[in-house]
Amino acid sequence: MSSEMTAEGGHGAVPTSADVPVTPTPAASRRDWPLYEVFVRGKRGLNHVHVGSLHAPDDEMAVHAARDLYTRRNEGVSIWVVKAADITASSPDEKDPMFAPSGDKVYRHPTFYDIPENVPHM
Amino acid sequence: MSAPTLERPAPDDSALQDHFDATIAADHRIEPRDWMPEGYRKTLIRQIAQHAHSEIIGMQPEGDWLLAAPSLRRKAILLAKVQDEAGHGMYLYSATETLGADRADLTDKLIEQKQKYSSIFNYPTLTYADVGVIGWLVDGAAICNQVPLCRSSYGPYARAMIRICKEESFHQRQGYELLMTMMRGTEEQRAMVQDAVDRWWWPTLMMFGPPDEHSPNTAQSMAWGIKRHTNDELRQKFVDMSVPQADFLGVTIPDPELEFDPETGHYRFGRLDWEEFKRVVAGQGPMNAVRLARRRAARDDNAWITEAATAYAAKHAEGAA
Repeated sequence: MSSEMTAEGGHGAVPTSADVPVTPTPAASRRDWPLYEVFVRGKRGLNHVHVGSLHAPDDEMAVHAARDLYTRRNEGVSIWVVKAADITASSPDEKDPMFAPSGDKVYRHPTFYDIPENVPHM
Repeated sequence: MSAPTLERPAPDDSALQDHFDATIAADHRIEPRDWMPEGYRKTLIRQIAQHAHSEIIGMQPEGDWLLAAPSLRRKAILLAKVQDEAGHGMYLYSATETLGADRADLTDKLIEQKQKYSSIFNYPTLTYADVGVIGWLVDGAAICNQVPLCRSSYGPYARAMIRICKEESFHQRQGYELLMTMMRGTEEQRAMVQDAVDRWWWPTLMMFGPPDEHSPNTAQSMAWGIKRHTNDELRQKFVDMSVPQADFLGVTIPDPELEFDPETGHYRFGRLDWEEFKRVVAGQGPMNAVRLARRRAARDDNAWITEAATAYAAKHAEGAA
């Protein structure tokens, strides 16, 4: 038994040893279609939720592809697509300065306030 | 065989490594923009890419029966299933791209045989009963493998697996229903089902990979939370689930050593032919060359569609400007 065999994919066993390449080959022919992130509103009354991504040549074709890929079973009533490059996100490295201020403002939460239990409807 | 060596971080990464380790230890998820050890990222790309490739190549064995499905009902079901496999491949390529991979590049690596797909898809589908047995056993084994991966430590992979598992349930049930229908049919149809079970049983058990003592990466993958059970644990679970289903169906599992062990509560089963497994993984299975040739043709012969869509988008953008 070759020792570099291992089963790690969901569909069964193949070699996934260190000699399987993972770095993109620069010379490989590239499609220049942008990456779109896809958001689906599951039903009326809910927010759009991120479901995944796809490549498409333009916005309109991205919506059509998202319809086929992410809503084959009535998973949604509305789709948003947005180019991944157009998303501005906080960085995990900023997590302290970014989110710490809310950590020490405990008075923003209802549990901060002691109200006697016999006050009704509170 | 030597004990597996767990990856050690470079000294200056130790604070980041500590944060990563704490996230894993708390069973929280790692998300795309988090720092992660290079080995974790690369192992995930290999694992998710081979899974994606398996879904894409997995369209072929059943796709061979689309034009020969015995009724419109069966054809509609099979079309939906094959379309799902394409969708599963896309969800997974999407997850690899959050790790810095490029899906067109991964496809090239598949076609150039630098990356692999599951050995199970290198067996031929000889009769329509094979479509049913693939749904019942192959997708059943996939579900065994995949349900624990819904708790993978890598967020995008876990979320893709949740979507996939919901759809796999349809795959398995349609297969079992197809087989029940055939078993209610003629003697010839029942023989066809038994023949398909005889051919697919052992290759399906191989889907879980080599025995634990020959799976050197398992310890690291389990420490990272990207594998939740060992190969042998999953294989045992699958056998225990499948035997009563075979009994209900009225087929015989082709293993004279298969026997319930009342002490352990599990079925004992015979030895797998790992030499066959190695041959098939190495490219000498009955259908390896056909599967790859068709994938290559799909990329090359359909390139004009990609070019036409790009040209349409460019023209459309000009008109709007």
